[in-house]
Formats: sequence, C-alpha cells, structure tokens
Amino acid sequence: MDWTLLLIQMLNGLQLGVLLFLLASGLTLVFGIMDFVNLAHGSFYMVGAFVCASLTFFTGNFLIGVILAIPVVALVGVITEKIVVQQLYARDHLDHVLATFGLILCFDTLVHMIWGAQGIAVPLPKWLDGQVELFGGIVFPTFRLLIIGTGLTIAFGLYYLVNHTRLGMLIRAGASNRTMVSALGVDIQLLFSLVFALGAVLAGLAGMLISPITEASIGMGNEIIITAFVVIIVGGIGSMKGAFIAAMIIGLIDTLGRSFLDDMFKVFMSAPAAETSAPAVSAMLIYILMAAILAVRPQGLFPPKVR
Amino acid sequence: MSDTPLNGATPRSSGLLSGWTATTWATAICLVLLAVVPPVSFYAGQPFHVDLATRLVCLSIAAVSLNLILGYGGMVSFGHAAFIGIGAYSVGIPAYHATYGEFDLIASYNGWFHIALALVVSAIFAAITGAISLRTRGVYFIMITMAFGQMVFFLFVSMETYGGDDGLTIDVRSELPLIDLDKPLQLYFLCYGSLLGALFIVHRMVNSRFGMAIQGAKGNELRMQSIGYNTYVYRLVAYIISGAMCGYAGFLLGNFTTFISPEMMDWTRSGELMFMVILGGAATLVGPILGAVAFILLEEILSGFTIYWHLPFGVLLILCVLFARGGLMGFVSQWGRRNG
Repeated sequence: MDWTLLLIQMLNGLQLGVLLFLLASGLTLVFGIMDFVNLAHGSFYMVGAFVCASLTFFTGNFLIGVILAIPVVALVGVITEKIVVQQLYARDHLDHVLATFGLILCFDTLVHMIWGAQGIAVPLPKWLDGQVELFGGIVFPTFRLLIIGTGLTIAFGLYYLVNHTRLGMLIRAGASNRTMVSALGVDIQLLFSLVFALGAVLAGLAGMLISPITEASIGMGNEIIITAFVVIIVGGIGSMKGAFIAAMIIGLIDTLGRSFLDDMFKVFMSAPAAETSAPAVSAMLIYILMAAILAVRPQGLFPPKVR
Repeated sequence: MSDTPLNGATPRSSGLLSGWTATTWATAICLVLLAVVPPVSFYAGQPFHVDLATRLVCLSIAAVSLNLILGYGGMVSFGHAAFIGIGAYSVGIPAYHATYGEFDLIASYNGWFHIALALVVSAIFAAITGAISLRTRGVYFIMITMAFGQMVFFLFVSMETYGGDDGLTIDVRSELPLIDLDKPLQLYFLCYGSLLGALFIVHRMVNSRFGMAIQGAKGNELRMQSIGYNTYVYRLVAYIISGAMCGYAGFLLGNFTTFISPEMMDWTRSGELMFMVILGGAATLVGPILGAVAFILLEEILSGFTIYWHLPFGVLLILCVLFARGGLMGFVSQWGRRNG
C-alpha cells in the first residue's frame, strides 16, 4: 500500500467532509429548529458559487469575492424565507418537500437567466494556487488545505455559537420547544429568519469554496444535497455533533472507497472482475453505509434528545 | 390532504360505477379522452400527439403506483424514479446482450422476459430498501428513499458497459405476441391497457381489507397496531407492489423512448412523479392521471414559449402547494358538491 497516497486521499476525504458539514449543518439547524425540510438548500450552494465567481471577476480577488458574496447569499436566504418558507412552517413535510422542489426549479432557472448555461471557472490568487509540502514529504494543494482549515474553524465557531452564546441558547431552546420560546416573549419569527439565513450562508460558503476547484455550474447543488441528506440521516437529523461526525465519516469513506476499493477487491477476486465491480460498489458505498447504520439505529448515530 | 373528502371518502363515490358523482364523471371523461384523442390525432396526421400521449400514459402508470403508497398509505417515497430506471434497463440490458453477445443467461428480446425481469428486480429492490426505510418515519423516510433512489442512479452511472452516464440505446424493442411495439398506436394501446389494469388493481386493492389496513395505518398507526395489525408488513407489501408496478411503467417507457440513461432516475424525476400525484389529488383513483396530464401539457406549452420555462413552472408548483390543497380532484369534488 502506498502510504503517501493514502494520506493525501485522507486529506481529500477530510476536505469533502468539511464541505458536507457546511451544507449539512445548515440543513440540520433549520430542521432542528423549524422542523422544516429544505430541498432547495443546495440552491444556496449554487448561488454562493455564482455570486462569488462574479464578485471575484469584478474585484479581481477571490478572497474579497468570498467576503462580499456572504452578505448577498444571506440576503437571498432571508428573501426566500420571507416569501416562500414562512408560509410553509405550519404545513407537513410533504408540502415542504414539494414547495422547495419548486424553489429549486426557480433558482436553477434564475441562475441560468443571469449567468447563462455555461459553468464559470473561478481563478485563484497566485499564493493559493500552488502546493505546500507537509510533514513526511507529502505535497498537497494549498487551497484544499485552506478549505479544511476554514471548515474546521467554522465547525468550532458553530459549536461556540450554539453552546456558549445567547443566540445559541435561543436556538437550542427553539429546537426543544418552539411554542414555549415564543410564549416567553422571544421573537421566534426573527429567530427563524436568522437561522435560515445562517444555514444559507453556510451552504453558500461551501459553494464558494468549491467553485475554484470544480467551477460554478447550474445544478451543482442538486448532486451534493443528496449526500448532505445522507450525512444528516446518518448523524441524526437535528444534531450538530452528528452532522459533523457523519460528514467526516462520509467524506473519508467516499473518497477512500473511490481510490482504493479496486485494490482491495483485487485481493479476493480476479483483476478484471475487480475493475468492473469496484466503481459500481464505490458509487454506492455511502448509501450502503447509510442502510447498514439505519438497520441498527433507525434514528441515526446521534439522535437529538428532545423532539 | 387527508382532511379533504376525496374519492373513496364519500360513501356515494366509493364504487367506480355506483352513483355517478363529479369524481366518477371526471374518471370516466379522463379515461375516454385518453382512449379517443391519440388515435384520432394519429389519423388526422399528428403522430407527435401519440408520442406525447404514450409518454403521458407511461408516467401516469408510475404516478398511479406512487399514489398507492403516497396517497393511500401516507408513505412519501422520494425515490420512485429508480423503479422506472430498473424497468427500463430490464429492457435495455437483455436487448444489449442479445445484440452484442456475452451474458447469454439474460440475453433476450422476449417481451415476457423483460416484463418478468422488470417486475422481479423492482420487487426485490423494493423489498430490500423498503425493509430498511419503513423502519423510519416522516422526514427520515423521505430522505432515505431519496438516497436509495440516488444509489441506483449512481450504480447505473458507474456501469460503463451499458453506457454509464451517456445512456444506452435500445436497438430492438421487446417482442410480444400479437402486437408490434414498433407501431406507435399499438404501443400506445398497450400502455393505455396497462394503465387501465393498474387502475383496476389499485381500485380493488384500496377497497379490500388490505387497502383498508394501509389507509388505517396512514390515519393512525398506533390504533391499527393495537387492534392487531402488523402495520410494518402491510406497508412493506404495499411498497413492493407499488415498486413492481412502477418497474412495469419503466418497461413501457424504455420501449417507448428506446433510449435510456441514468438521467431518467435522477431524484428530480422522483420529485416530478410526486408532483403529478399531489397536483392531481393524492388518494384518489384518477388524480395521478389528471396530475400527469396537467404536468406534461404544462411542460409542453411552457417550453414552447421560452427556454426559461422552468421558472414559471416552479412558481406554479409552489403556488399549487400553497393554495391548491387536494389537487385537481379536490376541485372536481368541491364543484360536484356545490352543483349537486
């Protein structure tokens, strides 16, 4: 086994895990507090990437682009919440799913109208575009390292926000008993808007961070959102800790499965058989993992205690 | 949805032919139009209409199958397009091997074999995924069925032999006795007949003891369990039947398009199927068909106006969820009650 390659792939897995966490944390926050299922969460991921791309070209600097794009995505989130989502809180999950499915169509088309059908590649500043040498002679792209660092910082920030601030206290209280929180005189509508915007920003940020690697494209959110769903199902819907741990597990397993499964299969089957079956199995690996975990724990690894 | 009295809830309209209420009229008109319009427009020199109607009827069967579990059973499956894909590849893969060799075991153009394969594989897939996902409730169920659907999507994307992402062309349609699927009208009437069959099965099932148990479990699962029903098994059986029926719809759709790709089982396709059911009216017999008709006609009309037709379409879907609960059949039965 090639240990250098293994370490590099683990870092790649970590990077995917961090992105998944950014998406899943917003989903799980919104679900935990408002009991709202948002299929259109991936649209914020896409909108983030496109807005960031435009602002990067406008300002000439990727980092400034990201910083300016964050309030734009927050605004998009707030507007979405005010116009559509607010009407849906009192409805059942089926209505949430259907209406946000309609929202996806709207977002995809609006992006198509504004930015055109082609994807946009986002250029990185020179100092981010290279590679750095890590311990033991491992060479890894600087930007991917930055993604991991940003993601982990945000994960820590979210932990602090939820557990050690007044807003976090309200968020936790809202998750356990919404009616009581509003009866105590908290503006629950404002809290909902804030949390929704926070979720949108987290998803948007994930889109901004990935855009220099994959480019901003229409429908990019629709693919990754399912993986984010798998993450929050495995972690337990509504649990921040579950989302973080599940995101890391799924990021690692998906990445390692894609790169090493054929080698592992060759141990116990013929090379051609391994070559054909490994891609199929690695494509399904995270879903098989999800099924296995659910067969044992139908509520996920860390189901929130109060619902 | 469940609070609107729909077909089956009002005693007068419980039988298909006993007492002609507005819903029964809607059912009859809908089915007669589907039988008459395509052949007429075919002989009037508009063969395109037959293509449109065939696609519509295939998707109607899928929507009817989804309605069985979503409407009557309250199981919000977001992965139903996977069954369409399984059914379609049950035509494509044997036909591929019959043409290009290898895998003699399944290489065949025989339509009966394709149908059997579609039904069996769909049923097995439904049994496995249903057994796991039915252990969960609510939003978990929605997301898990979605994830399993996406799993099948990625499975077919990764199978390079059958074209992977690019899809697979079916060179020879399924061979069935007496009918020739290469003739558009014969294919259409096979689909239409299948739709009638699917409606009959669902109608009989829903009004049987089994169907009552399913609907009872939707209304109050604990109550059904406490009077001695193993609701899990009932739900699982309904899920398997629905999956197999949807796989059959995929068999028809594969024969119609003759080009199949993983794209037809993308999760957005499952969302569209769900919309057909809700738009027409869940837990009504022909609601899914009305929904499919409205959906596909809207798609055709809007896409004729602008390439950005998804925007008004999406807005319409949202408005429909917000303001038109009970779907089209809800309107019909309301209208029927107001006008006696």
